[in-house]
Amino acid sequence: MAETTLSRQDQPEQVVLLKPSKGWIALNLKDLWLYRELIYFLTWRDVIVRYKQTVLGAAWAIIQPVINMLVLSFIFGNLGKLSTEGYPRPIFTFAALLPWGLFSKALSDTGRSMLSNRNMITKVYFPRMIIPLSSILGGLVDFAIQFLVLVGMMIYFKFTPTAGIWTLPLFLMLALATALGVGLWLSALNVLYRDINYILPFLTQFWLLLTPVGYSIGEISPQWQLLYSLNPMVGVVQGFRWAILGTDPPSWISLGISVGISLILLVSGMYYFRRMERTFADMV
Amino acid sequence: MSEYAIRVENLGKRYMIGAQTERYKTLRDSLTDLAHLPGEIMRRGVGKPKQEIWALKDVSFEVKKGAVLGVVGRNGAGKSTLLKILSRVTEPTEGFAEIHGRVGSLLEVGTGFHPELTGRENISLNGAILGMKRKEIEQKYDEIVEFSGVEKFIDTPVKRYSSGMYLRLAFAVAAHMEPEILVVDEVLAVGDAEFQRKCLGKMSDVAHEGRTVLFVSHNMSAILRLTEETIVLEKGQVAYRAPTNEAVDYYLTSGFAQTGERCWHADEIPAESTPFKPVALRVCNPQGAVAETIRSVEPFTIEMEYELTAPITGLRVGVYLLSTHGEHIFTSFDTDNANEYNRYMTRPAGRYISRCKIPADVLNDGRYILGVNASSFRVKRYFQDEYALSFTVDSTGAPGMQWAEPRPGPVRPRLGWDIEEIG
Repeated sequence: MAETTLSRQDQPEQVVLLKPSKGWIALNLKDLWLYRELIYFLTWRDVIVRYKQTVLGAAWAIIQPVINMLVLSFIFGNLGKLSTEGYPRPIFTFAALLPWGLFSKALSDTGRSMLSNRNMITKVYFPRMIIPLSSILGGLVDFAIQFLVLVGMMIYFKFTPTAGIWTLPLFLMLALATALGVGLWLSALNVLYRDINYILPFLTQFWLLLTPVGYSIGEISPQWQLLYSLNPMVGVVQGFRWAILGTDPPSWISLGISVGISLILLVSGMYYFRRMERTFADMV
Repeated sequence: MSEYAIRVENLGKRYMIGAQTERYKTLRDSLTDLAHLPGEIMRRGVGKPKQEIWALKDVSFEVKKGAVLGVVGRNGAGKSTLLKILSRVTEPTEGFAEIHGRVGSLLEVGTGFHPELTGRENISLNGAILGMKRKEIEQKYDEIVEFSGVEKFIDTPVKRYSSGMYLRLAFAVAAHMEPEILVVDEVLAVGDAEFQRKCLGKMSDVAHEGRTVLFVSHNMSAILRLTEETIVLEKGQVAYRAPTNEAVDYYLTSGFAQTGERCWHADEIPAESTPFKPVALRVCNPQGAVAETIRSVEPFTIEMEYELTAPITGLRVGVYLLSTHGEHIFTSFDTDNANEYNRYMTRPAGRYISRCKIPADVLNDGRYILGVNASSFRVKRYFQDEYALSFTVDSTGAPGMQWAEPRPGPVRPRLGWDIEEIG
């Protein structure tokens, strides 16, 4: 859309050239960096506003995954009789729900984010990518609270962290990158096609079933494993279970596939978003 | 360093009418479009849109650093589009604009304000959205709070604010961002008189500090007071650029049809005005004919013809009478009287004419501007055109004509005088 030839703080004068842009355009990550404080403020707003005027407040960040855990344990354990590789079902499920919760919340938040921030988009300039980005980062606070619950469960079930626990941030990054990639696609598409609003709940549900959250990856027969790891969240969930509980680690091949797919989603999502960005103010 | 703050060359912005009225597509529409695509290409050739409207076309102008430029134009003349392009919200379809310096615009007053956040929290958030650095916000925080006058409620969520408090706080943040180029759009149309005075004061401060201001307004007296030079936009093009006095004169007089009648074409009616559809506004002489000049010693009628495509509850259709300086002389609505008010609580769909009879011996000679407003009080403003038409009043035969001198003031009533000799 526009090139900032001189940045605001380095030079006394900022010159901006506004002209039509065509086709695929540069990501302009520098502008994103210039506006980093806005990312922080929008994330902060999302976090503060989320639990205002609720009776239970931030407790919801705990109640939601705990109830999810109970439901999934009941369906896959009591009804489905699927194994947990000998680990206590609550902690086995919860370790997977942690990244999954972050991911599914990111999908639904980013999908709606452009529309709910319509009044900003139509009135003031900033790199639009900030909106989906900050709505994903807001989920990290919930994640941190839920992590404390997991620590409590580990103490209760007497689990000592494995040696691989240091890799947890890497798997978290993989989850965030995947979420941002898919989120960028969804948020840009939702500006053009409101159908995304209706597709989102199904998408999340199917994705949950295609990810070993309620069950163990061992339930998938070996010949399907590679196809199965096309879903980057498989690598994330497996990595979390391995780093926290010490289950079988994900294989290098399937992990490689997960990372590759996630990067493809992220980069293509960014370029698609930038391409559509110029129409947002007129379409949203 | 360039001597210009803004340089605009051949700027154009095209909107697809279909896209504007339908707002957005569904996936299904796209799929059916896709199916029709080959036929479409055969018929019209690649890339030819169905229906397009140029909100701006071939607009070129430049603003020197430190200048205060006014921008006036009727609804749909392209003012908002121009501002949106200059503030980088949307990009032009052709041409380019060069901006030297940080642009702040008062068209985004309160953008990103979140009702659940307190005044204090919203100041930080809004500041960041407007592009202020955190340090900058902290430095100016006290000043902002003081300017807004809402100290007592600064830790209350803004959803509990009155609309006036909300606006004052929002304006206070925007007014303190100190951009090199300030773009102002119609902020003065809102708020009470006291607040408006404050806004105008702040704006002339900005202008005096040597910063560049682009001021878009319907308020001619504010334009006259604050700007030295003004451009008049008409149908997306720069029709006139001159010192403000001349430009305002041009806009208020020659820009209007001279017939005493103003008709609205479909493309001049904004989508928000549905179900109200203005048809025509007329000034009629006592014989019932449309007249550009009326005599002050005769009564005359103002007619507003319109159509309702659906019933509206609480609708009032009214006129503003303004002097050529943009000052209001009076405002009157068709349901001002209790009888009409009760009878038309809900106005059914249909075609109407609201007639307002102005008695003889009210107006002084000169030119007057008529504006229209159709709204439901505190519910919605369906349609407004503050400068719909102009007409002339001829005062031949008016009281006091034996003295060939101009009488100041917009009214020249025939009053009952009585001279009593008491000594």
